[in-house]
Amino acid sequence: MTTVTVGLGSCGIAAGAHKTYEKIKALKEQENLAFELHKTSCVGMCYREPLVEITDETGTYLYGDINEDRAVEVIEKHINQNDPIRDYIVYTDLFDAAENDFINSQVKIVLRNCGYMDPESIADYEHRHGYTAMKKIVMDKISREDIIKTILESGLRGRGGGGFSTGMKWKFANANKSEQKYVICNADEGDPGAFMDRSVLEGDPHSVLEGMIIAAYAIEATGGVIYCRAEYPLAIKRLNIAIGQAHEKGYLGKNAFGIKGWDFDVYIKEGAGAFVCGEETALIASIEGERGMPRKRPPFPAASGLWKKPTNINNVETFANVPWIILNGAPAYAKYGTEKSKGTKVFALAGKIRRSGLVEVPMGMTIRDVIFKLGGGIKNDKRFKAVQLGGPSGGCIPEYLSDTIVDYDSVNATGAIMGSGGMVVMDETTCMVDVAKFFLDFTRKESCGKCTFCRMGTMRMLEILERITNAQGREGDIEKLEELAYQIKDNSLCGLGQTAPNPVLTTIKYFRDEYEAHIFHKKCPAKVCRPLLTYTVDQEKCTGCLVCLKNCPSKAITGERKKPHFINQELCTKCGVCFTKCKFSSIVLT
Amino acid sequence: MRITRLTTKKTENAEEDVDLRLLEPLIEKNKGKKGNLIPLLQGAQELFGFIPRPVFEKISSECGIPLGDMFGVATFYAQFRLKPVGKHIIKVCHGTACHVQNAKEITEAIEEMLKVKDGETTEDRFYTLESVACLGCCSLAPVMMIGDQTYGKLTGNEAVRIIKNIKLAEQN
Repeated sequence: MTTVTVGLGSCGIAAGAHKTYEKIKALKEQENLAFELHKTSCVGMCYREPLVEITDETGTYLYGDINEDRAVEVIEKHINQNDPIRDYIVYTDLFDAAENDFINSQVKIVLRNCGYMDPESIADYEHRHGYTAMKKIVMDKISREDIIKTILESGLRGRGGGGFSTGMKWKFANANKSEQKYVICNADEGDPGAFMDRSVLEGDPHSVLEGMIIAAYAIEATGGVIYCRAEYPLAIKRLNIAIGQAHEKGYLGKNAFGIKGWDFDVYIKEGAGAFVCGEETALIASIEGERGMPRKRPPFPAASGLWKKPTNINNVETFANVPWIILNGAPAYAKYGTEKSKGTKVFALAGKIRRSGLVEVPMGMTIRDVIFKLGGGIKNDKRFKAVQLGGPSGGCIPEYLSDTIVDYDSVNATGAIMGSGGMVVMDETTCMVDVAKFFLDFTRKESCGKCTFCRMGTMRMLEILERITNAQGREGDIEKLEELAYQIKDNSLCGLGQTAPNPVLTTIKYFRDEYEAHIFHKKCPAKVCRPLLTYTVDQEKCTGCLVCLKNCPSKAITGERKKPHFINQELCTKCGVCFTKCKFSSIVLT
Repeated sequence: MRITRLTTKKTENAEEDVDLRLLEPLIEKNKGKKGNLIPLLQGAQELFGFIPRPVFEKISSECGIPLGDMFGVATFYAQFRLKPVGKHIIKVCHGTACHVQNAKEITEAIEEMLKVKDGETTEDRFYTLESVACLGCCSLAPVMMIGDQTYGKLTGNEAVRIIKNIKLAEQN
């Protein structure tokens, strides 16, 4: 039977996948067509959404950029006339399609099911070996210690950013005895520019749930909480469906999986919008209904966490790895990666990159390969300048270091951090001072205010950066920024404060010349910071057409028809309207 | 810095008529539960669009949570609003991917068109303009979200056109 599957992840829906789905559904009903229509989530190819996959007796074809009109065309040609439209096919294993290498160069462990099954169907998940890992544990009577040993041997490290050994965390939580223990899934993906947890939750909620169940069994937990940000409504909806289905099957609740005396239940806690709640102690405070402010460690959550009971917290991606590791064994997982960072990592590619989307690669790939081989290089043939890794806690890695491999330690050595895996690519038109200012503005707003250095220090740093981008930079500003940065790092309690200055420090380290151009020459080399720009008229090229003069909102341009115009720099607000309106490229921007 | 929000203006429109009976099922459901404060506030905001002062007082007296604690939590999290909002909330994404692809232009164009600043509501209470950190649709940057609908690959003009059309569609 031919099947037609439409990708309905958040990114697909934003690109209009619902309309495509409805159109195909209507066509099917109107013409009584013989195919099955299914839904799935994101396969990672966000740049080609909406995606429609057709599987018939000859093979599988993935169509990209399928709006309503194209959907009609594809159904007519492929289904009715048995004639696939090659131009629209982005991936197939039958011939060399446009995006074949994007899929083929990946190793999918975490994303093994994303885009390949209906996330709202537990039958689909089980069909793809879902819940087999937990069943194996029960059938083979694998002991708690052996489960933890397997996770330890796999070398899995926390995928939320910290990179702490997952097996060790479980071991600590298991060692602390208590009547009640908790497992928490951290799904408060707050990094701007990162969306891999969202895709996993939307595309494969059951694998996260199964990972939690295994963790809970291993540490003898009695309760589970998924702390998910409220900005991800679709993820929450699908998680709720998954939890309901797992209950019906007896995978959650009293005597879960038929294990007598083991009660384990999971509920979802919606975050209320605070970046700091990604920090584990702040997250626990937030679940307890308090302001999400971090507290001093130790005691670590493994000893005293939620409601002062031993608690194990892992990130979405970490949990999604767990069933695969149990099922395939630690050596199969540890085969991928580098000496100290095993397995694969999911990256969210965004920014000035051709193929923005989700990719999963083995640790140890170079940044250059991720960006150019998988990401297809830089948009509009611009020059690659830097990549930002790790969000507001991370840093910018310049082009000349792009042969750095992606593993925790190599990335840390550059001054950035792996973080949760957001990779924002920047080209020559991105100003690094502006980027540093952007991140600092973010951390300043998100600082919980508990530590003075983080609360006040980020504000002072931001003020300096604002001055610099406002043409009022002074000698000594760079040194002052560095001094403040180290003070904030040394004197903050939690990860947010300790890493907040990283974007500034790395941009100073690698792009000091840009800071100097702003401060001493009052120029923005990337031409982003408005107060530092100067618009002038090229007297030779100007035809005197009056277009810029008429469009200038501040009446700063003077001149007569057929004679070169002038811009009065005192009146010019640097809005750039003349630059975009001029048809003869006679406005010069310096 | 989150703490500065404590000093923001007192809740406006405190006298406005609020049907407190609507709160009863919510209070019934959460009363006495551990960690119930955030779900209570989230539920209340869902009912009223924002959290008016009488709602704080009602929840406080019914559930025995000190007003100070409630206000502390409500001002800490970005989600909670203490002021009424417009019928449609325009969320312009200012995540990293959108920032490097000129999200500022989108906000500026909307500000100019609606004659409000970021975070404010139009006089007719039709639109509220907001900046948000990341909507997770980075591949479509720059992005904005109105209701459940996400609009991607925007320009300033395009965003203004979409917003105008929503109003036109409702007036007809």
